[in-house]
Amino acid sequence: MARQRVRFTFSADLVREPIIYRLGHDFDVVTNIRRADVRADMGWVILELDGSDDEIQRGLAWVADSGVRVDPIAGDVIEG
Amino acid sequence: MAFIKGLKCRECGREYPGDALNVCDFCFGPLEVIYDYVTISEVISHERIAEGPLSIWRYQDLLPAEADDPVDIMAGYTPLMKARNLGKRLGLNNLYIKNDSVNPSFSFKDRVVSVAATKAVEFGYETLACASTGNLACSVAAHAARAGVDAVVFIPADLERGKVIGAAVYNPTLVAVEGTYDEVNRLCSEVSDNYHWAFVNINMRPYYAEGSKTLGYEVAEQLGWRVPDHVVVPSASGAMFTKIWKGFNELACLGLLDGVDPLPFGADQNTVHHPAVTTRMHMAQAAGCSPIVSAWENHRNQIRPVRPDSIAKSLAIGNPADGIYALRVIRESEGSGYAVPENQVVEGIKLLAETEGVFTETAGGVTVSTLKYLAETGAIGPDELTVAYITGNGLKTQEAVEEVVNPLLVKPMMGSFEAALESRMASAGV
Repeated sequence: MARQRVRFTFSADLVREPIIYRLGHDFDVVTNIRRADVRADMGWVILELDGSDDEIQRGLAWVADSGVRVDPIAGDVIEG
Repeated sequence: MAFIKGLKCRECGREYPGDALNVCDFCFGPLEVIYDYVTISEVISHERIAEGPLSIWRYQDLLPAEADDPVDIMAGYTPLMKARNLGKRLGLNNLYIKNDSVNPSFSFKDRVVSVAATKAVEFGYETLACASTGNLACSVAAHAARAGVDAVVFIPADLERGKVIGAAVYNPTLVAVEGTYDEVNRLCSEVSDNYHWAFVNINMRPYYAEGSKTLGYEVAEQLGWRVPDHVVVPSASGAMFTKIWKGFNELACLGLLDGVDPLPFGADQNTVHHPAVTTRMHMAQAAGCSPIVSAWENHRNQIRPVRPDSIAKSLAIGNPADGIYALRVIRESEGSGYAVPENQVVEGIKLLAETEGVFTETAGGVTVSTLKYLAETGAIGPDELTVAYITGNGLKTQEAVEEVVNPLLVKPMMGSFEAALESRMASAGV
Protein backbone atom coordinates (compact mmCIF):
# COMPACT_ATOMS: atom_id res chain seq x y z
CA MET A 1 0.00 0.00 0.00
CA ALA A 2 1.13 3.52 -0.71
CA ARG A 3 -0.01 6.95 0.36
CA GLN A 4 0.34 10.06 -1.74
CA ARG A 5 -0.60 13.66 -1.07
CA VAL A 6 -1.61 15.71 -4.06
CA ARG A 7 -3.24 18.99 -4.92
CA PHE A 8 -5.94 19.19 -7.59
CA THR A 9 -6.72 22.51 -9.21
CA PHE A 10 -10.04 22.75 -11.05
CA SER A 11 -10.77 25.33 -13.70
CA ALA A 12 -14.24 26.91 -14.02
CA ASP A 13 -15.47 24.30 -16.50
CA LEU A 14 -14.55 21.40 -14.21
CA VAL A 15 -15.58 22.81 -10.86
CA ARG A 16 -19.00 21.11 -11.07
CA GLU A 17 -17.69 17.68 -12.11
CA PRO A 18 -17.65 14.80 -9.55
CA ILE A 19 -13.96 14.07 -10.19
CA ILE A 20 -13.06 13.00 -6.67
CA TYR A 21 -16.11 10.75 -6.38
CA ARG A 22 -15.16 9.00 -9.61
CA LEU A 23 -11.52 8.67 -8.56
CA GLY A 24 -12.64 6.76 -5.47
CA HIS A 25 -15.38 4.84 -7.29
CA ASP A 26 -13.67 3.81 -10.53
CA PHE A 27 -10.22 3.12 -9.07
CA ASP A 28 -9.20 1.18 -5.98
CA VAL A 29 -8.10 4.33 -4.20
CA VAL A 30 -9.27 5.79 -0.88
CA THR A 31 -9.59 9.57 -1.12
CA ASN A 32 -9.30 11.75 1.96
CA ILE A 33 -9.90 15.48 1.47
CA ARG A 34 -7.65 17.39 3.86
CA ARG A 35 -8.05 20.98 2.66
CA ALA A 36 -10.08 22.66 -0.02
CA ASP A 37 -11.23 25.97 -1.40
CA VAL A 38 -13.82 25.63 -4.13
CA ARG A 39 -15.42 28.69 -5.69
CA ALA A 40 -17.66 29.27 -8.66
CA ASP A 41 -14.81 29.93 -11.07
CA MET A 42 -12.02 27.74 -9.71
CA GLY A 43 -11.11 25.46 -6.87
CA TRP A 44 -8.32 23.51 -5.29
CA VAL A 45 -8.37 20.43 -3.11
CA ILE A 46 -5.57 18.76 -1.18
CA LEU A 47 -6.09 15.02 -0.89
CA GLU A 48 -4.42 12.04 0.65
CA LEU A 49 -4.73 8.98 -1.55
CA ASP A 50 -4.30 5.43 -0.23
CA GLY A 51 -3.99 2.40 -2.47
CA SER A 52 -1.46 0.42 -4.42
CA ASP A 53 1.13 2.56 -6.13
CA ASP A 54 -0.02 1.41 -9.58
CA GLU A 55 -3.65 2.14 -8.87
CA ILE A 56 -2.88 5.62 -7.49
CA GLN A 57 -0.84 6.42 -10.60
CA ARG A 58 -3.59 5.08 -12.86
CA GLY A 59 -6.15 7.18 -11.02
CA LEU A 60 -4.02 10.33 -11.15
CA ALA A 61 -3.41 9.85 -14.86
CA TRP A 62 -7.18 9.70 -15.38
CA VAL A 63 -7.68 12.85 -13.28
CA ALA A 64 -5.02 14.70 -15.28
CA ASP A 65 -6.56 13.47 -18.56
CA SER A 66 -9.86 14.90 -17.38
CA GLY A 67 -8.26 18.35 -17.39
CA VAL A 68 -7.63 18.77 -13.68
CA ARG A 69 -4.17 20.01 -12.80
CA VAL A 70 -2.38 17.58 -10.46
CA ASP A 71 0.56 18.87 -8.42
CA PRO A 72 2.60 17.88 -5.40
CA ILE A 73 1.19 19.71 -2.38
CA ALA A 74 4.15 22.04 -2.10
CA GLY A 75 3.61 23.44 -5.60
CA ASP A 76 6.00 23.06 -8.50
CA VAL A 77 9.36 21.70 -7.49
CA ILE A 78 10.98 22.26 -10.87
CA GLU A 79 13.12 25.34 -10.71
CA GLY A 80 15.17 27.27 -13.23
CA MET B 1 26.86 28.97 15.15
CA ALA B 2 23.40 29.14 13.60
CA PHE B 3 20.82 31.09 15.56
CA ILE B 4 17.78 29.14 14.48
CA LYS B 5 14.99 28.14 16.83
CA GLY B 6 13.26 25.75 14.45
CA LEU B 7 10.60 25.79 11.75
CA LYS B 8 7.13 27.30 11.77
CA CYS B 9 4.15 26.80 9.48
CA ARG B 10 3.40 29.95 7.59
CA GLU B 11 -0.32 29.11 7.52
CA CYS B 12 -1.29 27.69 10.91
CA GLY B 13 1.72 28.72 13.01
CA ARG B 14 2.55 25.22 14.28
CA GLU B 15 6.19 24.90 15.24
CA TYR B 16 8.57 22.08 14.34
CA PRO B 17 12.18 21.27 15.18
CA GLY B 18 14.81 22.39 12.69
CA ASP B 19 14.78 19.12 10.73
CA ALA B 20 14.61 18.26 7.02
CA LEU B 21 10.92 19.17 6.67
CA ASN B 22 9.17 21.52 4.30
CA VAL B 23 5.41 21.07 4.73
CA CYS B 24 3.23 21.28 7.82
CA ASP B 25 1.80 17.83 8.59
CA PHE B 26 -1.41 19.36 9.86
CA CYS B 27 -2.42 21.95 7.25
CA PHE B 28 0.16 21.38 4.49
CA GLY B 29 1.33 24.99 4.68
CA PRO B 30 4.98 25.76 3.94
CA LEU B 31 7.47 25.72 6.81
CA GLU B 32 9.76 28.69 7.39
CA VAL B 33 12.86 29.07 9.53
CA ILE B 34 12.45 30.99 12.79
CA TYR B 35 15.42 32.68 14.42
CA ASP B 36 16.56 33.79 17.84
CA TYR B 37 16.75 37.45 16.86
CA VAL B 38 17.38 38.59 20.43
CA THR B 39 20.71 36.77 20.47
CA ILE B 40 21.47 37.76 16.88
CA SER B 41 20.98 41.43 17.78
CA GLU B 42 23.55 41.05 20.55
CA VAL B 43 26.29 39.77 18.24
CA ILE B 44 25.70 41.20 14.79
CA SER B 45 27.23 44.49 13.64
CA HIS B 46 28.52 46.17 10.49
CA GLU B 47 32.06 45.45 11.65
CA ARG B 48 31.40 41.74 12.21
CA ILE B 49 29.87 41.48 8.73
CA ALA B 50 32.81 43.37 7.17
CA GLU B 51 35.25 40.94 8.77
CA GLY B 52 33.48 37.98 7.14
CA PRO B 53 34.34 36.34 3.83
CA LEU B 54 33.50 37.95 0.48
CA SER B 55 30.62 35.55 -0.02
CA ILE B 56 27.11 35.06 1.33
CA TRP B 57 28.67 33.65 4.51
CA ARG B 58 29.60 37.15 5.69
CA TYR B 59 25.93 37.22 6.80
CA GLN B 60 26.26 33.90 8.61
CA ASP B 61 24.42 35.14 11.72
CA LEU B 62 21.28 35.53 9.60
CA LEU B 63 21.55 32.20 7.78
CA PRO B 64 20.10 28.92 9.06
CA ALA B 65 23.20 26.71 8.78
CA GLU B 66 26.39 26.25 10.73
CA ALA B 67 28.93 28.47 9.02
CA ASP B 68 32.14 27.08 10.53
CA ASP B 69 32.76 24.99 7.43
CA PRO B 70 30.11 25.90 4.85
CA VAL B 71 29.80 24.31 1.43
CA ASP B 72 31.02 27.44 -0.27
CA ILE B 73 32.12 27.93 -3.87
CA MET B 74 32.18 31.68 -3.13
CA ALA B 75 28.60 32.49 -3.97
CA GLY B 76 27.53 36.07 -3.55
CA TYR B 77 29.15 39.43 -2.97
CA THR B 78 28.50 40.11 -6.63
CA PRO B 79 28.88 43.58 -8.19
CA LEU B 80 26.35 46.35 -7.73
CA MET B 81 26.98 48.52 -10.79
CA LYS B 82 25.83 52.08 -11.34
CA ALA B 83 24.06 51.73 -14.69
CA ARG B 84 24.69 55.14 -16.23
CA ASN B 85 24.15 54.18 -19.87
CA LEU B 86 21.01 52.15 -19.33
CA GLY B 87 19.78 54.81 -16.90
CA LYS B 88 20.32 57.51 -19.51
CA ARG B 89 18.40 55.47 -22.08
CA LEU B 90 15.49 55.00 -19.65
CA GLY B 91 15.58 58.43 -18.02
CA LEU B 92 16.69 57.08 -14.64
CA ASN B 93 19.55 58.95 -12.96
CA ASN B 94 20.00 56.66 -10.01
CA LEU B 95 19.88 53.16 -11.46
CA TYR B 96 21.95 50.20 -10.32
CA ILE B 97 22.30 46.66 -11.65
CA LYS B 98 22.87 43.86 -9.16
CA ASN B 99 24.85 41.55 -11.41
CA ASP B 100 24.30 38.12 -9.92
CA SER B 101 25.06 36.43 -13.23
CA VAL B 102 28.72 36.24 -12.20
CA ASN B 103 28.24 33.73 -9.43
CA PRO B 104 30.43 30.60 -9.69
CA SER B 105 27.83 28.55 -11.59
CA PHE B 106 26.52 31.70 -13.29
CA SER B 107 23.24 32.30 -11.48
CA PHE B 108 21.83 33.42 -8.13
CA LYS B 109 21.04 29.76 -7.40
CA ASP B 110 24.50 29.43 -5.87
CA ARG B 111 23.26 31.50 -2.92
CA VAL B 112 20.36 29.21 -2.07
CA VAL B 113 22.18 25.99 -2.87
CA SER B 114 25.19 26.94 -0.72
CA VAL B 115 22.86 27.22 2.27
CA ALA B 116 20.91 24.06 1.39
CA ALA B 117 24.09 22.05 0.77
CA THR B 118 25.63 23.20 4.05
CA LYS B 119 22.45 22.23 5.87
CA ALA B 120 22.30 18.86 4.08
CA VAL B 121 25.84 18.03 5.16
CA GLU B 122 24.97 19.16 8.70
CA PHE B 123 22.02 16.71 8.64
CA GLY B 124 24.31 13.92 7.46
CA TYR B 125 22.92 13.49 3.95
CA GLU B 126 25.23 11.93 1.42
CA THR B 127 23.24 12.84 -1.68
CA LEU B 128 22.18 16.27 -2.89
CA ALA B 129 19.32 16.34 -5.40
CA CYS B 130 17.00 18.67 -7.28
CA ALA B 131 14.51 19.01 -10.10
CA SER B 132 15.57 21.71 -12.47
CA THR B 133 15.46 23.23 -15.92
CA GLY B 134 19.05 24.43 -15.84
CA ASN B 135 20.46 26.91 -13.35
CA LEU B 136 19.59 24.93 -10.25
CA ALA B 137 20.95 21.71 -11.78
CA CYS B 138 24.32 23.38 -12.41
CA SER B 139 24.51 24.80 -8.92
CA VAL B 140 23.49 21.60 -7.13
CA ALA B 141 26.00 19.55 -9.11
CA ALA B 142 28.76 22.09 -8.42
CA HIS B 143 28.07 22.29 -4.67
CA ALA B 144 27.83 18.50 -4.36
CA ALA B 145 31.25 18.26 -5.99
CA ARG B 146 32.62 20.80 -3.52
CA ALA B 147 31.04 19.01 -0.56
CA GLY B 148 32.25 15.60 -1.72
CA VAL B 149 28.74 14.11 -1.77
CA ASP B 150 26.73 12.50 -4.57
CA ALA B 151 24.43 14.56 -6.77
CA VAL B 152 21.25 13.39 -8.51
CA VAL B 153 19.76 15.96 -10.84
CA PHE B 154 16.36 15.49 -12.51
CA ILE B 155 15.88 17.36 -15.76
CA PRO B 156 13.30 17.23 -18.54
CA ALA B 157 14.65 15.00 -21.33
CA ASP B 158 14.29 17.77 -23.92
CA LEU B 159 16.38 20.33 -22.02
CA GLU B 160 18.74 22.46 -24.12
CA ARG B 161 22.16 20.88 -24.65
CA GLY B 162 24.07 23.82 -23.20
CA LYS B 163 22.30 23.54 -19.87
CA VAL B 164 22.74 19.79 -19.72
CA ILE B 165 26.49 20.13 -20.25
CA GLY B 166 26.65 22.94 -17.69
CA ALA B 167 25.38 20.51 -15.07
CA ALA B 168 26.93 17.29 -16.39
CA VAL B 169 30.49 18.61 -16.22
CA TYR B 170 30.39 18.32 -12.42
CA ASN B 171 29.63 14.59 -12.82
CA PRO B 172 26.25 14.23 -11.11
CA THR B 173 23.82 11.42 -11.87
CA LEU B 174 21.68 13.09 -14.51
CA VAL B 175 18.13 11.77 -14.71
CA ALA B 176 16.49 12.88 -17.97
CA VAL B 177 12.76 12.36 -17.51
CA GLU B 178 10.67 11.63 -20.59
CA GLY B 179 7.56 13.55 -19.69
CA THR B 180 5.99 16.93 -19.16
CA TYR B 181 7.17 19.34 -16.49
CA ASP B 182 4.18 18.32 -14.39
CA GLU B 183 5.22 14.70 -14.60
CA VAL B 184 8.82 15.46 -13.64
CA ASN B 185 7.41 17.48 -10.80
CA ARG B 186 5.30 14.66 -9.44
CA LEU B 187 8.08 12.13 -9.86
CA CYS B 188 10.52 14.22 -7.81
CA SER B 189 8.02 14.67 -5.00
CA GLU B 190 7.56 10.90 -4.85
CA VAL B 191 11.29 10.24 -5.02
CA SER B 192 11.88 12.63 -2.13
CA ASP B 193 9.44 10.60 -0.02
CA ASN B 194 11.20 7.33 -0.79
CA TYR B 195 14.91 8.14 -0.81
CA HIS B 196 17.07 9.59 1.93
CA TRP B 197 18.31 12.40 -0.28
CA ALA B 198 18.49 16.12 0.36
CA PHE B 199 16.33 17.63 -2.36
CA VAL B 200 17.30 21.27 -2.15
CA ASN B 201 13.95 22.50 -3.44
CA ILE B 202 11.77 19.99 -1.59
CA ASN B 203 12.81 18.78 1.87
CA MET B 204 15.59 21.40 2.19
CA ARG B 205 13.37 24.19 0.90
CA PRO B 206 12.94 26.18 4.15
CA TYR B 207 16.73 26.51 4.49
CA TYR B 208 17.41 26.83 0.77
CA ALA B 209 15.02 29.76 0.35
CA GLU B 210 16.72 31.71 3.13
CA GLY B 211 19.84 32.01 0.97
CA SER B 212 18.02 34.54 -1.22
CA LYS B 213 17.89 37.00 1.69
CA THR B 214 21.53 37.72 0.97
CA LEU B 215 20.43 39.48 -2.24
CA GLY B 216 18.77 42.02 0.03
CA TYR B 217 21.62 42.24 2.54
CA GLU B 218 24.27 42.78 -0.13
CA VAL B 219 22.42 45.53 -1.94
CA ALA B 220 21.83 47.35 1.35
CA GLU B 221 25.48 46.98 2.36
CA GLN B 222 26.76 48.02 -1.08
CA LEU B 223 24.55 51.12 -0.97
CA GLY B 224 26.06 52.13 2.37
CA TRP B 225 23.49 50.40 4.61
CA ARG B 226 20.37 51.84 3.05
CA VAL B 227 17.61 50.28 0.99
CA PRO B 228 16.55 51.35 -2.52
CA ASP B 229 13.34 53.20 -3.38
CA HIS B 230 12.52 50.55 -5.98
CA VAL B 231 13.71 47.07 -6.84
CA VAL B 232 12.83 45.06 -9.94
CA VAL B 233 13.01 41.32 -9.39
CA PRO B 234 12.36 38.41 -11.76
CA SER B 235 10.03 35.80 -10.26
CA ALA B 236 9.25 32.14 -10.78
CA SER B 237 8.19 30.50 -7.49
CA GLY B 238 8.08 33.93 -5.82
CA ALA B 239 10.48 32.81 -3.07
CA MET B 240 13.37 35.11 -3.98
CA PHE B 241 11.00 38.07 -4.21
CA THR B 242 9.72 37.50 -0.66
CA LYS B 243 13.18 36.84 0.73
CA ILE B 244 14.71 40.07 -0.61
CA TRP B 245 11.91 41.93 1.16
CA LYS B 246 12.52 39.89 4.30
CA GLY B 247 16.23 40.66 4.11
CA PHE B 248 15.63 44.42 3.98
CA ASN B 249 13.22 44.21 6.92
CA GLU B 250 15.53 42.03 9.01
CA LEU B 251 18.32 44.57 8.63
CA ALA B 252 15.96 47.38 9.64
CA CYS B 253 14.56 45.56 12.67
CA LEU B 254 18.09 44.74 13.84
CA GLY B 255 19.11 48.39 13.55
CA LEU B 256 21.60 47.69 10.77
CA LEU B 257 20.27 50.30 8.33
CA ASP B 258 21.76 53.74 8.76
CA GLY B 259 19.57 56.10 10.76
CA VAL B 260 16.95 53.43 11.42
CA ASP B 261 15.97 52.46 14.95
CA PRO B 262 15.62 48.73 15.67
CA LEU B 263 12.19 47.24 16.27
CA PRO B 264 11.12 43.90 17.76
CA PHE B 265 10.18 41.27 15.20
CA GLY B 266 6.82 40.39 16.76
CA ALA B 267 5.00 37.08 16.63
CA ASP B 268 5.31 36.43 12.90
CA GLN B 269 8.93 36.86 11.88
CA ASN B 270 8.28 36.13 8.23
CA THR B 271 5.86 38.97 7.64
CA VAL B 272 7.60 41.67 9.66
CA HIS B 273 7.59 45.10 8.02
CA HIS B 274 9.70 47.89 9.49
CA PRO B 275 8.12 51.24 8.53
CA ALA B 276 11.54 52.56 7.49
CA VAL B 277 11.63 50.03 4.66
CA THR B 278 9.78 51.93 1.94
CA THR B 279 11.20 49.99 -0.99
CA ARG B 280 8.63 49.30 -3.66
CA MET B 281 8.94 45.71 -4.82
CA HIS B 282 8.26 45.28 -8.54
CA MET B 283 7.84 41.77 -9.90
CA ALA B 284 8.95 40.81 -13.40
CA GLN B 285 7.42 37.79 -15.13
CA ALA B 286 7.17 36.77 -18.78
CA ALA B 287 3.68 36.82 -20.30
CA GLY B 288 3.96 33.13 -21.18
CA CYS B 289 4.08 32.24 -17.48
CA SER B 290 2.85 35.01 -15.20
CA PRO B 291 0.51 33.48 -12.61
CA ILE B 292 1.54 35.87 -9.81
CA VAL B 293 1.38 39.05 -11.89
CA SER B 294 -1.96 37.89 -13.29
CA ALA B 295 -3.36 37.55 -9.75
CA TRP B 296 -2.04 41.02 -8.88
CA GLU B 297 -3.48 42.61 -12.03
CA ASN B 298 -6.87 41.01 -11.46
CA HIS B 299 -6.99 41.80 -7.72
CA ARG B 300 -7.21 38.11 -6.83
CA ASN B 301 -5.90 36.58 -3.62
CA GLN B 302 -5.47 33.18 -5.23
CA ILE B 303 -2.90 32.03 -7.73
CA ARG B 304 -4.33 30.20 -10.72
CA PRO B 305 -1.76 27.70 -12.00
CA VAL B 306 -0.87 28.02 -15.66
CA ARG B 307 0.86 25.83 -18.21
CA PRO B 308 4.09 27.69 -19.01
CA ASP B 309 4.74 28.68 -22.59
CA SER B 310 7.65 31.09 -22.36
CA ILE B 311 11.17 31.46 -23.67
CA ALA B 312 12.16 32.50 -20.14
CA LYS B 313 12.41 28.88 -19.03
CA SER B 314 14.15 29.65 -15.74
CA LEU B 315 11.01 31.58 -14.72
CA ALA B 316 8.54 29.00 -16.03
CA ILE B 317 6.91 27.80 -12.84
CA GLY B 318 3.20 27.41 -13.49
CA ASN B 319 2.14 26.70 -9.92
CA PRO B 320 4.39 28.94 -7.80
CA ALA B 321 4.77 27.65 -4.25
CA ASP B 322 5.31 31.12 -2.78
CA GLY B 323 2.96 32.92 -5.13
CA ILE B 324 0.45 34.16 -2.58
CA TYR B 325 3.21 35.34 -0.26
CA ALA B 326 4.89 37.23 -3.09
CA LEU B 327 1.52 38.77 -3.91
CA ARG B 328 1.26 40.04 -0.35
CA VAL B 329 4.72 41.60 -0.60
CA ILE B 330 3.76 43.45 -3.78
CA ARG B 331 0.75 44.88 -1.98
CA GLU B 332 2.45 45.62 1.32
CA SER B 333 5.35 47.39 -0.37
CA GLU B 334 3.02 49.27 -2.73
CA GLY B 335 4.93 47.73 -5.60
CA SER B 336 3.65 46.26 -8.84
CA GLY B 337 3.92 43.40 -11.29
CA TYR B 338 4.40 43.36 -15.02
CA ALA B 339 4.07 40.53 -17.52
CA VAL B 340 6.59 41.21 -20.27
CA PRO B 341 5.34 40.32 -23.76
CA GLU B 342 7.37 37.36 -25.00
CA ASN B 343 8.77 39.34 -27.92
CA GLN B 344 10.22 41.89 -25.52
CA VAL B 345 12.31 39.38 -23.54
CA VAL B 346 15.16 39.28 -26.06
CA GLU B 347 14.94 43.07 -26.47
CA GLY B 348 15.66 43.37 -22.75
CA ILE B 349 18.70 41.10 -23.04
CA LYS B 350 20.07 43.16 -25.91
CA LEU B 351 19.36 46.49 -24.23
CA LEU B 352 21.35 45.51 -21.14
CA ALA B 353 24.22 44.08 -23.19
CA GLU B 354 24.46 47.10 -25.48
CA THR B 355 24.31 49.68 -22.70
CA GLU B 356 26.14 48.11 -19.77
CA GLY B 357 28.22 45.24 -21.16
CA VAL B 358 26.30 42.65 -19.15
CA PHE B 359 25.08 39.54 -20.97
CA THR B 360 22.12 38.09 -19.13
CA GLU B 361 19.84 35.14 -19.75
CA THR B 362 16.16 35.37 -20.60
CA ALA B 363 15.15 36.04 -16.98
CA GLY B 364 17.36 39.14 -17.05
CA GLY B 365 15.68 40.19 -20.28
CA VAL B 366 12.36 40.00 -18.45
CA THR B 367 13.75 42.17 -15.65
CA VAL B 368 15.16 44.84 -17.97
CA SER B 369 11.98 45.01 -20.05
CA THR B 370 9.96 45.42 -16.85
CA LEU B 371 12.32 48.16 -15.71
CA LYS B 372 11.86 49.89 -19.06
CA TYR B 373 8.08 49.67 -18.73
CA LEU B 374 8.16 51.08 -15.18
CA ALA B 375 10.38 53.97 -16.28
CA GLU B 376 8.25 54.76 -19.32
CA THR B 377 5.00 54.73 -17.36
CA GLY B 378 6.42 56.94 -14.61
CA ALA B 379 6.10 54.29 -11.90
CA ILE B 380 9.78 54.97 -11.14
CA GLY B 381 10.77 58.62 -10.88
CA PRO B 382 13.95 59.90 -12.60
CA ASP B 383 15.93 60.42 -9.39
CA GLU B 384 14.65 57.51 -7.32
CA LEU B 385 17.22 54.95 -6.21
CA THR B 386 16.45 51.82 -8.20
CA VAL B 387 18.06 48.38 -8.30
CA ALA B 388 17.36 45.78 -10.99
CA TYR B 389 18.35 42.22 -10.13
CA ILE B 390 20.08 40.31 -12.93
CA THR B 391 20.10 36.73 -11.72
CA GLY B 392 21.47 34.58 -14.53
CA ASN B 393 24.15 34.55 -17.22
CA GLY B 394 23.45 34.89 -20.93
CA LEU B 395 25.86 32.13 -21.87
CA LYS B 396 23.23 29.66 -20.65
CA THR B 397 20.53 30.75 -23.09
CA GLN B 398 22.57 31.72 -26.13
CA GLU B 399 20.00 30.26 -28.51
CA ALA B 400 17.58 33.04 -27.48
CA VAL B 401 19.77 35.70 -29.09
CA GLU B 402 21.32 33.84 -32.01
CA GLU B 403 19.93 36.50 -34.34
CA VAL B 404 22.60 38.96 -33.16
CA VAL B 405 25.32 37.00 -34.96
CA ASN B 406 25.80 38.90 -38.20
CA PRO B 407 29.51 39.29 -38.89
CA LEU B 408 31.19 41.09 -41.77
CA LEU B 409 32.38 38.20 -43.91
CA VAL B 410 35.55 39.23 -45.73
CA LYS B 411 38.51 37.78 -47.56
CA PRO B 412 41.91 38.36 -45.93
CA MET B 413 42.53 41.48 -48.03
CA MET B 414 42.23 45.17 -47.21
CA GLY B 415 40.00 45.86 -50.21
CA SER B 416 37.54 43.18 -49.22
CA PHE B 417 37.40 44.50 -45.64
CA GLU B 418 36.85 48.11 -46.71
CA ALA B 419 34.13 47.16 -49.18
CA ALA B 420 32.30 45.16 -46.56
CA LEU B 421 32.66 47.94 -43.98
CA GLU B 422 31.37 50.54 -46.44
CA SER B 423 28.42 48.32 -47.30
CA ARG B 424 27.55 47.79 -43.63
CA MET B 425 27.80 51.51 -42.83
CA ALA B 426 25.64 52.35 -45.83
CA SER B 427 22.96 49.89 -44.78
CA ALA B 428 23.11 51.34 -41.26
CA GLY B 429 22.66 54.83 -42.71
CA VAL B 430 25.99 56.09 -41.36
